[in-house]
Amino acid sequence: MSEHARPKATDDSETETSETDTETEAEATDAEPVSTGAQSAIAALEQAGAETLFGVQGGAIMPIYDALYDSELTHVTMAHEQGAAHAADAYGVVRGDPGVCLATSGPGATNLVTGIADANMDSDAMLALTGQVPTEFVGSDAFQETDTTGVTAPITKHNYFAGDADTVGDTVGEAFALAGAGRPGPTLVDLPKDVTLDDTDTQPGPAETPSTYSFREEADEEEVADAARAIERAEKPLLLFGGGVVKAEATEEARRFATEFGIPVATTMPAIGTMPEDHDLCLSWAGMHGTGYANMAITHTDCLVAVGTRFDDRLTGGVDTFAPEAEVVHVDIDPAEISKNVHADYPVVGDAASALEQLEAEMDAAPDAREWREQCRTWKEEYPLAYVTPDDEPLKPQFVVEAFDEATDDDTIVTTGVGQHQMWAAQFWTYTNPRTWVSSHGLGTMGYGLPAAIGARLAAEDDQQVVCFDGDGSLLMTMQELSVAVRENLDITVAVLNNKYIGMVRQWQDAFFEGRQMAADYGWCPEFDKLAEAFGAKGLRVDDYDEVADAIDEALGYDGPAVIDFHVDPAENVYPMVPSGGANGKFALTEDQL
Amino acid sequence: MSGNDAEQTDDSASESSVEIPAAGMPGPEPDERPHPEGRRNSQGIRIDPEAEAEPRYRTAVVSALVEHEPGVLSRVSGLFSRRQFNIESLTVGPTTVEGHARITLVVEETDPGIDQVKKQLAKLKPVIQVGELDDDAVQAELVVLKVRGDEPDKVHAITQMYEGQTLDAGPRTITVQITGDQGKIDDAVDAFRQFGIIEIARTGQTALARGDTPTTPGEEPGYAESNDD
Repeated sequence: MSEHARPKATDDSETETSETDTETEAEATDAEPVSTGAQSAIAALEQAGAETLFGVQGGAIMPIYDALYDSELTHVTMAHEQGAAHAADAYGVVRGDPGVCLATSGPGATNLVTGIADANMDSDAMLALTGQVPTEFVGSDAFQETDTTGVTAPITKHNYFAGDADTVGDTVGEAFALAGAGRPGPTLVDLPKDVTLDDTDTQPGPAETPSTYSFREEADEEEVADAARAIERAEKPLLLFGGGVVKAEATEEARRFATEFGIPVATTMPAIGTMPEDHDLCLSWAGMHGTGYANMAITHTDCLVAVGTRFDDRLTGGVDTFAPEAEVVHVDIDPAEISKNVHADYPVVGDAASALEQLEAEMDAAPDAREWREQCRTWKEEYPLAYVTPDDEPLKPQFVVEAFDEATDDDTIVTTGVGQHQMWAAQFWTYTNPRTWVSSHGLGTMGYGLPAAIGARLAAEDDQQVVCFDGDGSLLMTMQELSVAVRENLDITVAVLNNKYIGMVRQWQDAFFEGRQMAADYGWCPEFDKLAEAFGAKGLRVDDYDEVADAIDEALGYDGPAVIDFHVDPAENVYPMVPSGGANGKFALTEDQL
Repeated sequence: MSGNDAEQTDDSASESSVEIPAAGMPGPEPDERPHPEGRRNSQGIRIDPEAEAEPRYRTAVVSALVEHEPGVLSRVSGLFSRRQFNIESLTVGPTTVEGHARITLVVEETDPGIDQVKKQLAKLKPVIQVGELDDDAVQAELVVLKVRGDEPDKVHAITQMYEGQTLDAGPRTITVQITGDQGKIDDAVDAFRQFGIIEIARTGQTALARGDTPTTPGEEPGYAESNDD
């Protein structure tokens, strides 16, 4: 029945629907027969391979939850819908297929918005299901009514208003498939309560992407050949791995390409871990707070081979000074990213894994880049990431990150909120695996870390450790989700790098607003260790270097959620820093250099 | 305690050779580092360091074949506003294929901008095909003009000059319609100004490719599908 089960048939939907109905009855043997729209929606999720859902109950979504009562799917009740969206997002990042979140209409749906926007900016596959007021009340400003498809249209890959119980299952399946297909992204299905309550015996077909959606898997041979020639003749080639390498499961191909042809690698933040950061060719991540050596390499490369990146401004700084000498090879599955921000001299449209394999096969020789590799090594020596620990200054946050890295396994998953702590967690932890760095990049959502740790925990292998680095300001935005971690007894460790500041804003105020600190200085913070205990988690507090290792061991050894409140130096800043719009190679190492 | 080694601990040479200043990060200051001459313009295109290329805007007519479903127009118009594309006009109407509609957009953008318009439009799920029309495409627009009725003969003469039609004529106002390409409409509007234009409504341009060229690439002739049904 597969090819007929298209929820949004284009030009002859009536005939298709009737065929689906009859064939379903004949073939629906292995699945539980559905009797309502809600059951059909849940059956579609089961068929699509979803396992864990994150959500919050509410009036208009109740029929869906009622259908979950009989379902094998695991549902995690979150404290707030934003937490549900971030948890689903992180779950998807770690697992590699779409995470699913649920919310009711009105405030439930609008609370999801930040998490959906976050997934959209980072091209994370996610499906949001929202309840809606019954169809007859739509447009009447009914209780808890919001135009959810209207609100979320700009921040979803696509969204659907499910208007019919007979097709709601197929719509949910399509939305799930679309979220993960091609360039991933969030999709949403708005489910009016009458539709989910309505009787239907239509078993959803297999999840399929819509007929109008297409993407290129294999790259064009000519594009590949042109790009290969450009790489071969380069003297200073540089690979730039982006999040697309993770999404396309192209890590193996990407690493092989780098090592086979001896090409140094910088990554973007979402691609942290695609190249092991302890590898000789790896320059770690580039951009505003990236390593000096990665930014020097970008500045001087004569051939930038960018794979699966959208050239975000936090990576490029000012476009006029970005890779100013480089011919750009740009591999991306989304043709709209080609030459959007940085002109691509050699566009290669295709899936990163396929395109890299094709490129590898097409290359006749490795570029002669011995001197360039030596130069990159010199830059590593010249601009190491470093910090100092004077006796008269408080505990340095970077030290905490390094201590955690040492105490944990290589495959440990790190989640973060957004701010200074996020940058330190990215800089001072040596990542060696993809899908172990889970953060909010494009949207920069404070509060992402804790709900993401919950999602990551449920997606990770049982023996994989999950550590959340958070700031005091960031954690205070979503700390209620600790109740979920306690209730579900999730083994996660939250490291609060507490400086009693919205630290990144304070750093900018000092650098760019003449030190006029406004609304960034908390001056006071709750005692996170005691708060953790009040939630029923393990709470620890650390003020000095000599307490760090023991506290980490105790927290990691605790079976359940543990929170360590590290009181760190409030004056510490994140460097290197490329000022907004600046040149990558002119990163500042101190405030004076900004 | 010190974290004075690079993330790449393999490289043992770095540990001894680098001196960590009080601020933490070692290395030459920004202006002491080598920096290449090259530059890019605001569109990320590499340019001669001496040259400052001005982006050149042009008018393009873009046709999008879409699924005629609720919300498609708001998705298209939302895309234009959120990506700051300059749009001059937008028309929409059904095609001969059931469930399909054609949206015709007139945009004023640079070449990379027009490229972005087409690619971003193509990404919208209800959009089936997108094409940019050549200069020789057949284009038409309709304007309805309401002018003062003081000089009916003159109004009639000008309407005839532009092969228009009188839709309504009364003692105080006369309403006419003119169709044609944008230049003709602009001229006609100018010509009617002498009577005092009271109200005006323009549809915006709609267009098809000339001859048997499909308006959007790969577009099937509509009659073929409707015959099948």
